[in-house]
Amino acid sequence: VNEIHALSGAYAVDALDPLERKRFESHLAECADCRAEVASLREAAALLPAISDRAPSDAVRDRVLAEIATVRPLPPLAPAEEAPARRRGLARFLVAAALIVLLAGTAVAVHPWQHEASTSVAKQVLAASDAVSREVALKGGGSVTLVRSHELGKAVLLTHGIAAPPSGRTYQLWLQDPQGHMSPAGLVDGGGTRTVVLSGDAADATGAGITVEPAGGSPQPTTPPIALVGFGRA
Amino acid sequence: MTGPHPVPPEHPEGAPPSGAGPGEELVVLLQRTARGDQDAFTRLYDATTARLHGLVLRVLRDPAQAEEVTQEVYVEIWRQSARYDASAGSPLAWMMTLAHRRAVDRVRSAEASSQRETRYEQRNRTTEHDQTAETATGNLEAQRVRAAMAGLTEAQRSALELAYFGGYTHTEVAQLLELPLGTAKTRIRDGLIRLRDALGVDQ
Repeated sequence: VNEIHALSGAYAVDALDPLERKRFESHLAECADCRAEVASLREAAALLPAISDRAPSDAVRDRVLAEIATVRPLPPLAPAEEAPARRRGLARFLVAAALIVLLAGTAVAVHPWQHEASTSVAKQVLAASDAVSREVALKGGGSVTLVRSHELGKAVLLTHGIAAPPSGRTYQLWLQDPQGHMSPAGLVDGGGTRTVVLSGDAADATGAGITVEPAGGSPQPTTPPIALVGFGRA
Repeated sequence: MTGPHPVPPEHPEGAPPSGAGPGEELVVLLQRTARGDQDAFTRLYDATTARLHGLVLRVLRDPAQAEEVTQEVYVEIWRQSARYDASAGSPLAWMMTLAHRRAVDRVRSAEASSQRETRYEQRNRTTEHDQTAETATGNLEAQRVRAAMAGLTEAQRSALELAYFGGYTHTEVAQLLELPLGTAKTRIRDGLIRLRDALGVDQ
């Protein structure tokens, strides 16, 4: 746990990768010392730009003032937070809901609420105490991080500044079972920085991989993986 | 380019940067902004725009993209103004945190990463240009920050600058500086702590 305190400075200047950031934010919720330290380091960092003052063009001012005239400021945040226990129950429900969606069929169509559920599942996996994470730098630039929680039975892919797949191709995700068999676990049709919940039960997966496949995906990998990680013993 | 542009939230010599006075004025402007007061927001914009845009430009380097991000950040400040918590920090730190996060997200996006090498080559030229502008600006606060930066070790300063102005993760900073993994985050933290103490930031 002490290790995570050392991330306060990097967090204060946005120098954590997406997984580290989410983990540190979970820690922050429980550590008043770190919250105070981050606040003071952000105050210090905010003074650094004093050495690089530069006004934008007047056109920016005009555009900003025109735009805010059409936007309603958000209301203040409610003071009370949800109890963690309730969130956990909700997460289990959402995991179940997501699984039902995935079991319901090939599920290429995206339902609005499916995305919501997946986002929450991803948060739970990243925050899970038993989460195992593996990061791989890609040859084409950027990196991917695969995170698996045995307890939640789900795995999450975080991409970080990766190139989009070539035209007519898609990234396909795979879960490896203890026998070494690779099961399709979803498609990612783009690059950049994203968070994707792998479909399928990842509880006993021994690893996960990513290949580049023809659009629509393949039943089995047809190209060597661009990333392949092991989660170790479940 | 624009000439010297002193930023209004200037502090009398020796005053804490987030103490009473101009900082409180920004708090009031943010509170009024939260209630939809466009005049207050305009004053907030004018008081902070050179500082905020200077940061965004420094991270992004591309002037057109930087102006886009600056615009997005100010609209976000308008939207989020009711969520600013004065007990958690100064208005300027809150705004700079929003701006830095947004600039870094942009620079790490796929589109930006494909252009990153080009920008990397432009680095030296851009840096020289920045320094000229800094010297011309020459405000008191800039002098204090430069003096505080000079008090950091070379290792701390280079790690902090790459992270904060370069928008690199601590892992990337470690690679760029050929440091063992895990070392850069310590240098960033140590550098910020030393900077904080040298500048007398409230804790």
